Amino acid sequence: MPRLSRRELIAAGASSIAAPLLPMFAAEAAPLTYALKPIKIGDGAWMIAGANEAITFENGGAIANITILDSSAGAIIIDTGPSRRFGEQLAELAKDLTGKSVARVYVTHFHPDHVFGNQAFTADTIAAPQGVIDGLKQSGNGFSDAMYYIARDWMRGTEIVLPGKAVATGIEEIGGRRLNLFALAGHTSSDLAIYEEKSGLLITGDLTFLDRAPTTPHADLAVWSTTLDQLENLQPAKIIPGHGPAENGTRAITQTRDWLEAIEAIITKAYEKGLDILEAAAEPLPPSLEKISLSRYEYERSVMHLYPKLEAARLPGTGNKLQ
Amino acid sequence: MLSCISRALAALGLLACLAMPLRAEPPADPLQSPVWKDIAKKTFGDAEVRFDDRVKVLVPSVVENQAQVPVTADARQLPNVEKILIIADLNPIQHVLTLTPAPGKSEAFISFRMKVEQATPVRAAALTSDGVWHVGGVNLDAAGGGCSSPAMARGDADWTDTLGNAQGRMWRKDDGAARLRFRVRHPMDTGLAKDNTPAFYIEKFDIKGAGGDPLATLEMFEPVSEDPTVTMELKVPPSDASVTIDGRDNNGTIYRSTVPAPWNESALAARQSAHPN
Repeated sequence: MPRLSRRELIAAGASSIAAPLLPMFAAEAAPLTYALKPIKIGDGAWMIAGANEAITFENGGAIANITILDSSAGAIIIDTGPSRRFGEQLAELAKDLTGKSVARVYVTHFHPDHVFGNQAFTADTIAAPQGVIDGLKQSGNGFSDAMYYIARDWMRGTEIVLPGKAVATGIEEIGGRRLNLFALAGHTSSDLAIYEEKSGLLITGDLTFLDRAPTTPHADLAVWSTTLDQLENLQPAKIIPGHGPAENGTRAITQTRDWLEAIEAIITKAYEKGLDILEAAAEPLPPSLEKISLSRYEYERSVMHLYPKLEAARLPGTGNKLQ
Repeated sequence: MLSCISRALAALGLLACLAMPLRAEPPADPLQSPVWKDIAKKTFGDAEVRFDDRVKVLVPSVVENQAQVPVTADARQLPNVEKILIIADLNPIQHVLTLTPAPGKSEAFISFRMKVEQATPVRAAALTSDGVWHVGGVNLDAAGGGCSSPAMARGDADWTDTLGNAQGRMWRKDDGAARLRFRVRHPMDTGLAKDNTPAFYIEKFDIKGAGGDPLATLEMFEPVSEDPTVTMELKVPPSDASVTIDGRDNNGTIYRSTVPAPWNESALAARQSAHPN
């Protein structure tokens, strides 16, 4: 059905005051539906791949990978997506795939593309490290403003729901699945990774990215580097990264580490040359980085995140207030 | 007596204005801002205004922090720039800063960070010595909210301990000029934040050479970001060992910092170990 423009609607309304209102509203409300396509990645395990894009109106913010695991107790969902609408569709899909209701939801960190679907689940089903809960409490409204600004109607009715259950590093057994939870940090101040020893499946949230440039708005690069070593030591058979394809082996870890080291080196060199923040953002990337999707976009964002910190740390002290 | 004369002169001036033909409207705005005409009248009065590609304004392709949006204004292609104004049309406070380079002492170039309350045109207006304003600008896309959010310092009980701490460095450029970057710890409260903190901001920086000769003056207003971080281009003679930056905030507090010139490498090394945060 073609959408009527606002002007056409107003004209229609003015010319037929007695016309029933309902069709007008029906014409305004575009049928926004996410195309959730589960990819089977193991025994009773599916991934819904996020678009390899920045958050836009066109993709409705559905850019992060979501994981669904089957268990005898019910479906286990890892990350809930960008909006209420997404969360509701995800809950339906999990029910269809497993034939059961949702037993547990984990959220890996506080970024909106991973947690704004929480509303579709009851708070005490949702678990996350305390740092994730605190971060969402503190920054959720700001994220919400930004998400409504960019994804607009996809966000309709979306409100922040804080996870009701705090988890720490340790083992949780749910319906025959034995999950190793790791409360880590680096991508943000609190990141959850989940490892299932039996299948060798590691779900990293945004601690790893694959063939899609990592994001750094709340990153601590030194901590992140240590965390990546920890994940590598698990020797996982397969990784579901926060963004990018699921793959056997540990290429997601290696590539994330290489990217972060490379951009830190470029940014530090730019600072030492005396470049301004916008000049640093215009620096060229080597071909090895350029071939990763969204490399230019994420590099420029990372300069915005990291340059002020570098200036604060490295500019020599030159004085203070006189009186 | 003096005041009588000036009043008479003012009256004459008024008559002269009335006798003049009606002034032309400001030129049509390439950025199609709804408030351009009002801003142009208020800011430039009767002066001639031209949109000019030689005045470049750079902003990031994506705004990551609504309270710290980098802006670079570059009018170095124009001769004899006396003043550069930065204006954000749709900000609650539109006039962001004014740079006045001392003739031959600094370039018509400034880079800094500002708060934005919503998506807005950001303009630089450069006044040349013939009295013409040359205007360049871009539309900045942003979610906004930067002017009404409390400063980060307001979440830190000890913010007064670091208030006014200054950092800076100069780099020698290939053309012999010096690039100066400095940062001063200050909350730069707009007075519009939801926490009701009154306006509190650094309103002026005087940049001076080693002998106290003025190199440039920077007047700043509430939209300049917390912990102002400024990049300028100076023509410091090689005999100068340092540049002094005198600041004053709207509470009358004076800030002073001295940045060693790039050729003064030993002083630079000594200060590396003493940065304030």
